Amino acid sequence: MIENLDPTMVDWARAQFALTAMYHWIFVPLTLGLTWFIAYCHTISYRTGNEEWKRLTRFWMRLFAVNFAVGVATGIILEFEFGTNWSNYSWMVGDIFGAPLAIEGLFAFFLESTFFAVMFFGWDRVSRRFHLVSTWMVALGSNLSAVWILVANAWMQHPAGQEFNPDTARFEMNSFRDIVFSPVAVAKFTHTASSSMVLSAFFVISVSSWYLLKGRHRTMARRSIVLASVFCLLSSLFVIFTGDQSAYAVAQKQPMKLAACEGLLRGQTGADLIAIGVVKDDHDIRDDKQVTRLNIGIPELLSYLANRNFKSFVPGVRDMVYGNPEQNLLGAKQKMVKGRTALAALAAYRSDRQAGDEAGAAAARDTLRANQDYIGYGYLEKPEDAVPPIALSFYSFHFMVILGTLFPVVSVLFLLVAWRNTFEKHRGLLRVGTILLIPGMIAHWLGWIVAEVGRQPWAIQDLLPVNVAATRLSSGSVRATFFLFLFLFTVLLIAEVGIMLKQISIGPEEG
Amino acid sequence: MVFYREGFRGMTLGRSLWLVVAIKILVIFGLLKIFFFPDFLESGFSTDRQRADFVLEQLTPPIPEPTTGSESP
Repeated sequence: MIENLDPTMVDWARAQFALTAMYHWIFVPLTLGLTWFIAYCHTISYRTGNEEWKRLTRFWMRLFAVNFAVGVATGIILEFEFGTNWSNYSWMVGDIFGAPLAIEGLFAFFLESTFFAVMFFGWDRVSRRFHLVSTWMVALGSNLSAVWILVANAWMQHPAGQEFNPDTARFEMNSFRDIVFSPVAVAKFTHTASSSMVLSAFFVISVSSWYLLKGRHRTMARRSIVLASVFCLLSSLFVIFTGDQSAYAVAQKQPMKLAACEGLLRGQTGADLIAIGVVKDDHDIRDDKQVTRLNIGIPELLSYLANRNFKSFVPGVRDMVYGNPEQNLLGAKQKMVKGRTALAALAAYRSDRQAGDEAGAAAARDTLRANQDYIGYGYLEKPEDAVPPIALSFYSFHFMVILGTLFPVVSVLFLLVAWRNTFEKHRGLLRVGTILLIPGMIAHWLGWIVAEVGRQPWAIQDLLPVNVAATRLSSGSVRATFFLFLFLFTVLLIAEVGIMLKQISIGPEEG
Repeated sequence: MVFYREGFRGMTLGRSLWLVVAIKILVIFGLLKIFFFPDFLESGFSTDRQRADFVLEQLTPPIPEPTTGSESP
């Protein structure tokens, strides 16, 4: 039973999932973004027939292959973890995730795989046009794969298009369209795909900057930087737009996450967006004091971000924990009552069905239906349990936004210097360029921390908390596999970095 | 087939990468999946009805009375 669940097991299972996901996410965004970059390079090579562009395309394809080979299949481990550590959750979402993941496997992955070999082996073996189409198909297939995975993740944040079946304990899909085109899913995919393009552009700039510093492959490096800077500028501006769309979706569907990310304790009309601030070490939401200090805010921007209206009300953490009758907001306290009613109805439905009391079961089912949107709150011990870790959400969100705001500036600097061909005078910029991949990757990880930590305590928003989603296992076994993964991932990472550095060192001539 | 055969034969870096992929797949499916990650419901129960009943039992524990915390406005 849930009350016998080892709470440290849940923490270790979450840590293991986070470790696996963050490792997996080193490779995924590079794959997603590099495919578009390579497709564009290949198009220039196709149109110009220029050998230097062909050499450039083949070189970036080679580095893409290293990243793909080391990263492929690491996501499968996440599926193993679902079945072992998160069995209740896996059972309950099977009907929802089945369709998107099947489409991902059958359509997108095969599309990608089919053209993958043609992309790599096709030079001078297939027609130039078919070869180019294959490269674009790899880009399309990779990104289509991501669509379905992100749709599944978005459903956990905003469980649309479903109905809970109390006979099977499963969420059943009643609208595929609502799941695929939910505002959270659309925002999540566009934000993730565009930020992956930024990261890939940084990867190209990092490698090319190193070549320029070493005085090697100047033409290729300069061309790569020009192309990557344009790629980065356009995609980073789009990231700002999709980030705004994501924040709006969060405000509408997960307002607690937004309040935690902004450290907004009490709701405000015309709320300021905190640009920079510090979370107090001893913050406690039960005290009616500010959670943050030393704030530099942008007047009324949070209200606009959340509701597209500068004067609108944005609920704070306390409004959503204790309720706010003036704003007609139910608090976790009131939702817990509804959640417990739903859980009692579920238990009654089961026992009435077993006893053959169909009338009683029908009544219990109606009660469950009336309260099921809050069923997850029934498991909370106190209203404050509905609040995610504020400091981690706040800092992750703010550092991500700060980095994301700097990225277009960096790309403009590189574009200007590349355009004037004055890299020799700007070696400092090249040195910065060699490490650009690191802040790019950190911004990606921070984005996932915002998405996943910010929605705690939920595995499925409002419906299933993580401690109920988990399997009843001993924390020892999960801890052991955590360290096993840590070792395995470290070895794989060393292998990737080693092979990648060797290929970069060899350069575009051989391989 | 000739296309693939010649492609694989002509690989240089690709051979090392295939080796990395093969070792990884072997570790993931031959070691991790079998010894460390059994599917809890798949291996523990023989029918979907049993699995559903087990999960329903997990979902409907006796719920303790809520505590309100030290403050409520």
